[in-house]
Amino acid sequence: MEIIFQPWPWYVGGPLIALTLFLYFYFGKNFGASTNFETLCTMAGAGKVSDYFKKDWKDRDFALLFVVGLIIGGFISSNYLILDQTIDLNPKTFQELTDLGFSNVGNTYFPNEIFGNEVAMSLKGFLILILSGACIGFGTRYAGGCTSGHAITGLSNFQLPSLLAVIGFFIGGIIAVWFLIPLIF
Amino acid sequence: MKNIKFLVLGIFFAIVLSKVQAISWFRFYEMFKFQSFHMFGIIGGAVIVSAMIMQLFKRGVIKDINGNKIIPRPKKKGVIRTLVGGTFFGLGWGVSGACAAPVFVILGFKWLPALIILLGALIGAFIYGLLSKKLPS
Repeated sequence: MEIIFQPWPWYVGGPLIALTLFLYFYFGKNFGASTNFETLCTMAGAGKVSDYFKKDWKDRDFALLFVVGLIIGGFISSNYLILDQTIDLNPKTFQELTDLGFSNVGNTYFPNEIFGNEVAMSLKGFLILILSGACIGFGTRYAGGCTSGHAITGLSNFQLPSLLAVIGFFIGGIIAVWFLIPLIF
Repeated sequence: MKNIKFLVLGIFFAIVLSKVQAISWFRFYEMFKFQSFHMFGIIGGAVIVSAMIMQLFKRGVIKDINGNKIIPRPKKKGVIRTLVGGTFFGLGWGVSGACAAPVFVILGFKWLPALIILLGALIGAFIYGLLSKKLPS
């Protein structure tokens, strides 16, 4: 039981993610997550505005069930499987973020400065979240995939577009973390 | 409900991502700062094991549940779409620490901020849908 409640090391993560990919394909579907953003747009009625979203979302019921599973799994993990969210961060990371004004760095999975409820309801906090989300939604659909679809499925299948996309992910991520985060905080 | 297995798989995947901390904002910050091996180990390990699985699919050693050959869909080509789209995604990922699957997992941890990110993602996907014919590939 002890093992279940401890954080799992990185070398357990890779193979278990690969197992998820394996089962997804074994069940007859292409592994990925970001297409669901389009499916949810279709369900919300985006097809009335743009033909791009005129699709039958019922064809993607399997992916929607996967998404519901992700939410349930997140709820189970946060409430029952992770009793201590402490993260063993590099001391340099800890110091940098503390200097930027982050509190309780590494004591929880999510910094209060971005994920606190009051922060999310403030104008600045709300804009940070919604604009990040918009970049995620636009970027994944333009690039044709996210970390699951490109970085894991695409790279392991030796897809050149996926390599380019992952380079893009890192260009954006580096700009965000090295320049935007110090600018915002 | 033959697709109920995807629900179970989603629960499993969410638990894995949560337990290896691959949904934590701090872990992604560390990754983009190259200050930790943790996320590189996870993603690298996933790619290496998946590459072996892909070979078994391609050689027909493993067929799907219905006995059909597994052919992963080729990715859409295009230098601009992948690099520019990827950069947009990276910006959002770097700032919010959420990517496409984790954003749903985070709903189970921090529902309000995750819901706002998800709402943003739907707006972003909607904007892409509107512009898709005009954007360079």
